[in-house]
Amino acid sequence: MLKAPKPLKIRVEDMNLYYDSFQALINVNLDVLTNEITAFIGPSGCGKSTLLKSLNRMNDLIESCRITGKITYDGEDIYGKMNVSELRKRVGMVFQKPNPFPMSVYDNIAYGPRTHGIKKKKVLDQIVEESLQNAAIWDELKDRLKKSALAISGGQQQRLCIARALAIKPEVILLDEPTSALDPISTTKIEDLLAELKDRYTIVIVTHNMGQAARISDKTAFFLHGEIVEFGRTMEIFSKPKDKKTEDYITGRFG
Amino acid sequence: MAKDIKEIREKGAEYFFLLCSLVSIGAVLLICYFIFAGAYPALRDIGAWAFLTGDLWKPTDHPPSFGIFNMIAGSIYVTAGACIFGVPVGVFAAVYMAKYCPRKIYPVASQLVSLLAGIPSIIYGFFGMMMIVPFIQENFSGNGNSVLAASIVLGVMILPTVIKVSEVSIRAVPKSYFEGALALGATKEQSIFFVGIPAAKSGILAGVILGIGRAIGETMAVVMVAGNSNILPESIFKSVRTLTANIVLEMGYAAGPHYDAIVATGAVLFVFILMLNIVLNIINKGAQTSGGLS
Ligand SMILES: Nc1ncnc2c1ncn2[C@@H]1O[C@H](COP(=O)(O)OP(=O)(O)OP(=O)(O)O)[C@@H](O)[C@H]1O
Ligand SMILES: [Mg+2]
Repeated sequence: MLKAPKPLKIRVEDMNLYYDSFQALINVNLDVLTNEITAFIGPSGCGKSTLLKSLNRMNDLIESCRITGKITYDGEDIYGKMNVSELRKRVGMVFQKPNPFPMSVYDNIAYGPRTHGIKKKKVLDQIVEESLQNAAIWDELKDRLKKSALAISGGQQQRLCIARALAIKPEVILLDEPTSALDPISTTKIEDLLAELKDRYTIVIVTHNMGQAARISDKTAFFLHGEIVEFGRTMEIFSKPKDKKTEDYITGRFG
Repeated sequence: MAKDIKEIREKGAEYFFLLCSLVSIGAVLLICYFIFAGAYPALRDIGAWAFLTGDLWKPTDHPPSFGIFNMIAGSIYVTAGACIFGVPVGVFAAVYMAKYCPRKIYPVASQLVSLLAGIPSIIYGFFGMMMIVPFIQENFSGNGNSVLAASIVLGVMILPTVIKVSEVSIRAVPKSYFEGALALGATKEQSIFFVGIPAAKSGILAGVILGIGRAIGETMAVVMVAGNSNILPESIFKSVRTLTANIVLEMGYAAGPHYDAIVATGAVLFVFILMLNIVLNIINKGAQTSGGLS
């Protein structure tokens, strides 16, 4: 049976990115489809985080960063007229190292909605509960909402950060090696969570863990030295890679 | 043999450092002893309560009265006034220095703030006398020597302390906090005011308390602009006398019980400073145990 292709969410076209004179991304083209998990894999320093950060314009913070080419979100140029805050509200991000704010669990989740003008306690209460539920951490934290978010475990912190991202009701979630600092059990929890969130969100994840990419993603992009060597359905990339370099990398023979 | 010499030298250095720290510790203890021992006769004769709450200060009357309530209030007024001016300006300046200042301007701005810290207080006094007092006299009531004038001068004087300490603590806030906020769609200002400053709050508070310490202990600049009448000012345009002013104005000619009462005034000031130090310690401890930033 032929399924209708999922709608396009983000398109990267002929993108080049420079840090001063160093070119970190070379002629990148990529389509991110709605309700899919797209994984970025590749050796250290190949530009995965750089591309990920371009998708919600976190690269704006880096003075030396210069971009050519085009990135569109729902067809709209994100480096054009679109307001950065608005973009980041739609494209949430979870970082490699859990970075809860030094405030209570509740205030962490409520930070985003408050920033976007939600003041009513009742509404905030509901968003906090919903977000924590969606991040599958409500049961663990419901009695500790007023406790400092720094006092919970690393795995819980990372799921809290996911909940915090969900609280602004994004459409896309970017995750940069979200489990690299976590133990296997926390990692499994987050992988299960992402698989669940996929139905409602579009997810882009950077990972160094081949197994993780194979387990959870629909599409995989393999990066090398700033270029996307191969991009396609995860099953195909992992079972019959077209490029020798991809094969070497995923089989761990990469030098 | 050579080893022995090295050992002796190391030991010698250790004792030398020990001696230096003993000198400073000794100085603190000596000051504590003399100020409280000196204050004791006055507190015994006048009575601590009467001394602290009395609003009559007539050291040369027969019989004399020694009540420093107005001066305690005066010190608190001008210090609070200094905070009202100095804290917001200082914290916002620190935000600018830490988060906005262009790299080219930063060294200059930073130097100027340090310079502000190095200006002798008598120069601040002149600045107050020549600029602020006449301004208040012309635009408001009274002769200009007032709570307001002293507050403004002190507010400027505490700026460098508040700025430097706040700047350091804002810089110490991990970048990941700001990034986290920005990634949620916060603007730069929102990331600073709703994540950065709360994260740096204990450090900022420490800066404010150091500033309060400086303001409450300041003497020369205050004497020059406060008017120094021993009254409880009913408005910010009225003259005010602080504890420090009371000491410096009368020390020169005081004798006997008057002299003792002046020393006791110093002891009261000292207690204020001790209390501020305790508060500062509590804040720093709290910052350490809560995992917050100092
Ligand atoms: N702010 C920056 N300024 C200059 N160069 C940078 C900057 N950030 C990254 N780079 C360089 O760009 C290249 C790509 O970096 P990036 O962080 O995107 O790699 P990555 O694929 O995410 O690596 P890792 O797997 O180690 O996280 C690297 O060579 C890196 O040194
Ligand atoms: Mg990376």
